[in-house]
Amino acid sequence: MIAFLVRRLLQAIAVMAVVAFCAFFMFQFVGDPVNQMVAEDATEEDRQYLRESLGLNDPIPVQFAKFALNAAQGNYGISYQHKRPVAALILERMPATLELAITAAVIAALLGVPAGVYTGLRRFGFTSKLIMTLSLIGISLPTFLIGILLIYLFAVILGWLPSFGRGEVTHLGAWETNFLSISGIKSLILPAITLALFQMTFIMRLIRSEMLEVLRTDFIKFARARGLHNRAINYGHALKNTLVPVITIIGLQLGSLIAFAIITETVFQWPGMGQLFLQAVQVVDIPIMSAYLIMIAFFFVVINLIVDMLYYVVDPRLRIDQPGGGGGHG
Amino acid sequence: MAEQTAESPAVVEDSARPPSTLHRIWDSDVCFSFRSSKVTMLAAFVTALIIFLAVFAPLVAPHSPFDVATVDLMDAELPPAWEAEGDKRFLLGTDNLGRDLWSTILYGTRISLTVGFFSVIFGLVVGVGLGLVSGYVGGYIDAFIMRVAEIQLSIPGILIALLLAGVLRGVLSAEAYNDAIVYVLVLTIGTSIWPQFARTVRGSTLVERNKEYVLAARVIGLSRFSIMVRHVLPNVMGPVLVIATINLAIAILSEATLSFLGVGVPPTEPSLGTLISEGQNYLFSGLWWITIFPGVVLAALVLAVNLLGDWLRDALNPKLR
Amino acid sequence: MTAENNQPLLSVRNLRIEFPTRRGTLVAVDDISFDIAPGEILGVVGESGAGKSLTGAAIIGLLEPPGRIAQGEILLEGRRIDDLPYEEIRRIRGRQIGAIFQDPLTSLNPLYSVSRQLTETIQTHLSMNERQARERALELLEEVGIPGASERIDHYPHQFSGGMRQRVVIALALCAEPRLIIADEPTTALDVSIQAQIISLLKRLCNDHGTAVMLVTHDMGVIAEAADRVAVMYSGRIAEIGPVQEVVRAAKHPYTHGLMGSIPHIGHHVDQLTQIEGSMPRLQEIPPGCPFNPRCEQVSERCYVERPNLQVAEKSEVACHLFDAPGLEVRAGD
Repeated sequence: MIAFLVRRLLQAIAVMAVVAFCAFFMFQFVGDPVNQMVAEDATEEDRQYLRESLGLNDPIPVQFAKFALNAAQGNYGISYQHKRPVAALILERMPATLELAITAAVIAALLGVPAGVYTGLRRFGFTSKLIMTLSLIGISLPTFLIGILLIYLFAVILGWLPSFGRGEVTHLGAWETNFLSISGIKSLILPAITLALFQMTFIMRLIRSEMLEVLRTDFIKFARARGLHNRAINYGHALKNTLVPVITIIGLQLGSLIAFAIITETVFQWPGMGQLFLQAVQVVDIPIMSAYLIMIAFFFVVINLIVDMLYYVVDPRLRIDQPGGGGGHG
Repeated sequence: MAEQTAESPAVVEDSARPPSTLHRIWDSDVCFSFRSSKVTMLAAFVTALIIFLAVFAPLVAPHSPFDVATVDLMDAELPPAWEAEGDKRFLLGTDNLGRDLWSTILYGTRISLTVGFFSVIFGLVVGVGLGLVSGYVGGYIDAFIMRVAEIQLSIPGILIALLLAGVLRGVLSAEAYNDAIVYVLVLTIGTSIWPQFARTVRGSTLVERNKEYVLAARVIGLSRFSIMVRHVLPNVMGPVLVIATINLAIAILSEATLSFLGVGVPPTEPSLGTLISEGQNYLFSGLWWITIFPGVVLAALVLAVNLLGDWLRDALNPKLR
Repeated sequence: MTAENNQPLLSVRNLRIEFPTRRGTLVAVDDISFDIAPGEILGVVGESGAGKSLTGAAIIGLLEPPGRIAQGEILLEGRRIDDLPYEEIRRIRGRQIGAIFQDPLTSLNPLYSVSRQLTETIQTHLSMNERQARERALELLEEVGIPGASERIDHYPHQFSGGMRQRVVIALALCAEPRLIIADEPTTALDVSIQAQIISLLKRLCNDHGTAVMLVTHDMGVIAEAADRVAVMYSGRIAEIGPVQEVVRAAKHPYTHGLMGSIPHIGHHVDQLTQIEGSMPRLQEIPPGCPFNPRCEQVSERCYVERPNLQVAEKSEVACHLFDAPGLEVRAGD
């Protein structure tokens, strides 16, 4: 197990190195950072000085090493657009995005998993077919349209919920939270639902197909032949066997929630990292783009590692090193 | 198969007709599952209708959203024709610039479909090619391609597309970017969908590669690669078609999303995403139609394509139902 | 150990299993009847697609849709079980009728330990607490011959070899002392060297416990070794049924005769093993009359129009027109 973890860790580091190189590559070849930073009328001398002080005249490998070292320490340079350190900008906005993403993940998992199990078990029932049809509509509606429709219904027509912003936030040290005020919670509802809907349908459909797959296996048939209760077969044997793929799915979805938050944050003018990133893309603010890329990759890698470790908890085939009876495959 | 079908008491079947090719296609399982699903037929009809309208938009549309001469700001923000203040010239009303919404939607669908189709073709060609190479060559090249595909699969396509769009914005001037926007979108969206094709094709290639006939053909000196192409490609046509259909829906959504986010089609051009984005600003003033109508068309198109993809998957692989 | 005149343990009467498809209804099992006496081992043999596994699945109520019992009945100790509500047939499974499937590698849930799977089955059917159930599980594992059972009991399926896993599967089938076990190709997936061990284990255990077995296989050798009586199935029908000695030594139905000719016998020198020409018709192409008529060497006009019914011929029953007229005894293939 330790060998496996070490291998995964090395792979994770390799992935991070590749991503860091992509980010560095953007710095190198997309636009000239000097042009972005100096005034229009700067002299060639000024430019040369800046170039030197930024280390842009060093050989590429040295520059990359510096870049990687800085990135690992959380130093991503100065935003062209905001003229402030990128790390500070991102950190400021991280709580907003994380609260939104986590709330959405909880909603998606709490509704998506049971719905997937239900539709998998009763695939021919009326309710199942209804849920499946609704889910297809959910997958076909773009996230931004769902957000706008929700705004139109709940903010414009009914006037129940705010249509943009975070509302009143409470400061807990450096962390600003939505959860401690009525206005904050009300502001969170629409964006969280918008962000959760697609993930929910996705989780549901995947769990359903996993469930159907497992229910077709021989050991489920054998469990039925042993006369076990339906409850034990469905929720014990079948559900537990869908856990491995389900953990993977939910883990990966948590990562994509952060990415999809870009759209939701734009629709609801939610002051998170996604909005920051999108503005950066629009004005080609490379430091923010590359920092965001590295950060997202980091999230994915960490989530993947956690998922790998959870496999060990669920699946005994990975826990125990060698089969005792000399293996069974023949 | 049906050469010596004797009269069987067990099977209630009319085997009197001679099976023509056309009849055999009509009677095939895929076609049967199509005929027996009203939803699928409706989805096919909606898709065909939207494609038809988009292709013939210049003939069907009552106004041209590109023709500045016919667009009059005085006509801006008119509600649909059936509303009290509606104008019968503009069936679905007009947008904030005074463009006829119906015509703009038709031209917008055109861009959506163009970008969608070509993105999928781009992703398909790249993915199938890399998949074939990966499975055929193996070794480090295979490991490298598959690692890249895996990493990319775990990152949402829209993020990849956004990053690429950002890079291209930095490389190209704003004007060049807007001029080349269709190519930019095809490149970014196509790049975000190739891994699925690659994985499927690679899997089949690996299975096929070790079959005896491939070895036999090698022994008599035939190129293994040409054998692979001849045998693997036909075998994966089904899955590839399913992936292509489902990704067409995703590509159309991605185009709309990128345009909505302001990095796709520029607001001056008609596109479903930009229309919805523009319309959002006017929702509070009660101008619901600018957002709702393009939204409905987009949702209907994507839903119809998704339904076709679902049906195709089930029809080609009944086990997966 | 023949079924004397006591009530049979299991009685299948005119069973017909159908698969409705869009091109018409396929009849997979067509009007078959047989009995199994308490403690008896009935071998059911036939090519794949002959309907033998479906018959087994129908008995324990595990026919997979769209397959369905269209006609006939299944009686367990005189009580009809084919039309029971789900909960009642569930209580019969495992408790009165156990089952063993073909592939021991996939029959066990990979995520649960062997002890968990055993105790769960025991506690479902017998009123035992956790400790008692575990004790019984241990006894069972020892009985099926798992070395170091007290240690292996907490292992997971993937830690056992194929043969050992099939022993665990047998233990699971025997958990609640069922009166009948349906063993569907129990040795097909195993190495040849292990097949004999498993068959003799099954035979010994059933003898000890007085359990009857319906042994479904395509392997005539397994039947000859283990069964008391044998039913030969062809195209969803029983071609011949009788005591195993009789069927093996003096096969009556031309199909059975061909089947026996394809087994090599040690000690008998033959130049070439006989082989039946052609293959079993697919379900949608079963010919009228006798389903074996396209392949039969002794086919007559009648075989194309009239379906033969099972009738007594010496100690067996056989469905062949050759045995219609009394006194007319034709030995197939001679």
